[in-house]
Amino acid sequence: MNLATLVFSALYQFGDAFAFLVLSACGLAVIFGMMGVINLAHGEFIMCGAYVTAATVHAGLPLPLGILAGTIVSALVGVVVELVVIRHLYDRPLDTIVATWGLSLIATQGTLIMVGSTMAGVGTPFGSFQVGDYSYSIYRIVLFCAALGVLAGLYALFNWTRFGVLARATIQVPHMAAALGVDTRLIYSLTFACGAGLAGLAGGLYAPTMTLVPTMGATFIMEAFVTVVIGGADVFLGTAPAGGVLAIVKSVMTSWQGQLFGQIGLLVAVIIVVRVLPKGISGFVLRERT
Amino acid sequence: MTGFLSLFRRLEGPQTVGRGPAFWGLFAVVLAVALVYPLVSDGYTVGNTVYFFVWVFIALSLCLIWGYGGSLSFGQTAFFGIAGYGYGILTINFGSAYGFTLVALVVAVAIAALFAILLGYFMFFGRIAGVFLGIVTLAVTLMLERFMAQTAGPEWRIGSARLNGFNGMSAMPPLTIPWPGEPIVLFADVGLYYFVLGLLIFVYLGLRMLMNSSFGNVIVAIRENPERAEMLGYDVRKYQLITFVIGAALAGLSGLLYTVWGQYITPSSMGMTAAALPLIWVAVGGRSDLTSTVIGTLMVLAAFQALTIYGSQYALVFMGVLLVLTVLIAPNGLVLGAMNWLGRLAARLTQRIG
Repeated sequence: MNLATLVFSALYQFGDAFAFLVLSACGLAVIFGMMGVINLAHGEFIMCGAYVTAATVHAGLPLPLGILAGTIVSALVGVVVELVVIRHLYDRPLDTIVATWGLSLIATQGTLIMVGSTMAGVGTPFGSFQVGDYSYSIYRIVLFCAALGVLAGLYALFNWTRFGVLARATIQVPHMAAALGVDTRLIYSLTFACGAGLAGLAGGLYAPTMTLVPTMGATFIMEAFVTVVIGGADVFLGTAPAGGVLAIVKSVMTSWQGQLFGQIGLLVAVIIVVRVLPKGISGFVLRERT
Repeated sequence: MTGFLSLFRRLEGPQTVGRGPAFWGLFAVVLAVALVYPLVSDGYTVGNTVYFFVWVFIALSLCLIWGYGGSLSFGQTAFFGIAGYGYGILTINFGSAYGFTLVALVVAVAIAALFAILLGYFMFFGRIAGVFLGIVTLAVTLMLERFMAQTAGPEWRIGSARLNGFNGMSAMPPLTIPWPGEPIVLFADVGLYYFVLGLLIFVYLGLRMLMNSSFGNVIVAIRENPERAEMLGYDVRKYQLITFVIGAALAGLSGLLYTVWGQYITPSSMGMTAAALPLIWVAVGGRSDLTSTVIGTLMVLAAFQALTIYGSQYALVFMGVLLVLTVLIAPNGLVLGAMNWLGRLAARLTQRIG
């Protein structure tokens, strides 16, 4: 094996880990960063996206449309959840965690009852290509591009659109925004829907690569939480760099000792980072600026 | 002597519901019923009651950390699992002779507490609070579950104890009290019942005293306003760490007793669902009081077991609904609400008579 293939292999591992961390964390980070709410049912929104994607693909739609359907359905479920539960708990952040955990339990067990313990998966598209002695899946490259696309899209949404401006105004000083005529409740609803939709998108994108079981959300949430905790409250200054750093930790540990040690590496990283930077990377960056 | 007596005076106070002769009279009646109960019941039911009691310890640990301390820990099951596995590994290696199971009990709980000191140091001295604390503790317990689940291979052994991956460890010896003549083996019926009941009363009364002491008052002050407590000169981090460690030891005791009770422990006892259940008991009971936590836990467990007849998935959906409704409608807990209502009613009645 020569140096070039070795470098490519490392980059591929890194990109794969980065895409997984960023895609699974984005929805959580948007909701946490904008509203201070930790959505413990995040994994179940991902599961919802994956299931809807698989169901629509089985019904004959092409995969991209299926992923879109998964995203939209998750976002709609998000609107309902916000209206029924989250809205009443904004002044009690700890209770939001507890309530969303209850929702997660209902969603997991409800899916188990209604759909069964497993659902037929979707084949991974695009096949693979060869570099050196190893073959790589093209779809993983697509996922990496999708992660970059999501970050770019979020940046555009929050900086260049009217919704983005109103949303940022609402986070900074909610009552001032309300006094200036912003419907803050609507903004919160839409933000929650946006986060839920992003979770659905992650589910849809990863549906072709994994087995669909009601507890599949649990495979995502650890990574998602770790990324958000390390990143802090800001999606761009936090989630993206945290995804980068953690992807290095995870891919190095995984290729050295295996999948589990990749995850243990993440956990150790989060405990150390939190000890050093309690407000995460974005808190550190923002404090440096002011 | 007076110091000893003043300790007992701490049994009631501002941090615990229930005071006066009426409450302690009721307590004595419940205690008497609990003591007589195994004599009029069959072994299976008694064993099942022990199973309920075992969970009360982890509920009390969460009540202490979350209800009194105000830091929501999702990871109590991590200490549950650590102590459970610790007991299994120790007793399978060293057997149960010479009262070693009791040594293993202390050592396993101490291991859980040590782990809590390590984890708690990073969390509280890193000033993690609120939602982040919950996430880090949850990540820790999920990680432990995944780690234990992959230990199926024969290379995962500590001494002669195989960890057995997802199937978990089993066949560890039950608790054995050395006794002249023949050692007393506490099987999961009447023997273990009295042992666990004794521990439960000890822990319950001990926590009442602790919470009504100055330590407990500081803990509650930190929950109400950490900045103010800090300004008054208390090292918030130290108090939080101590609470966390006591809670972890209680959760460990729970896990250990669970292992003793069923003579098995599996990784799924540290999983997502297992971690959610204590939270439901404590939230539904009323997290900010010890008595309501105990009552709530026993009631929800009984309801859960009754529902499991129709399938455990349905029972779990019901638990989820119960949790969401409690948070939305009665955030202080159902049992605590009822207890406060009864207290007010009794006060009004005595006022009218007097």
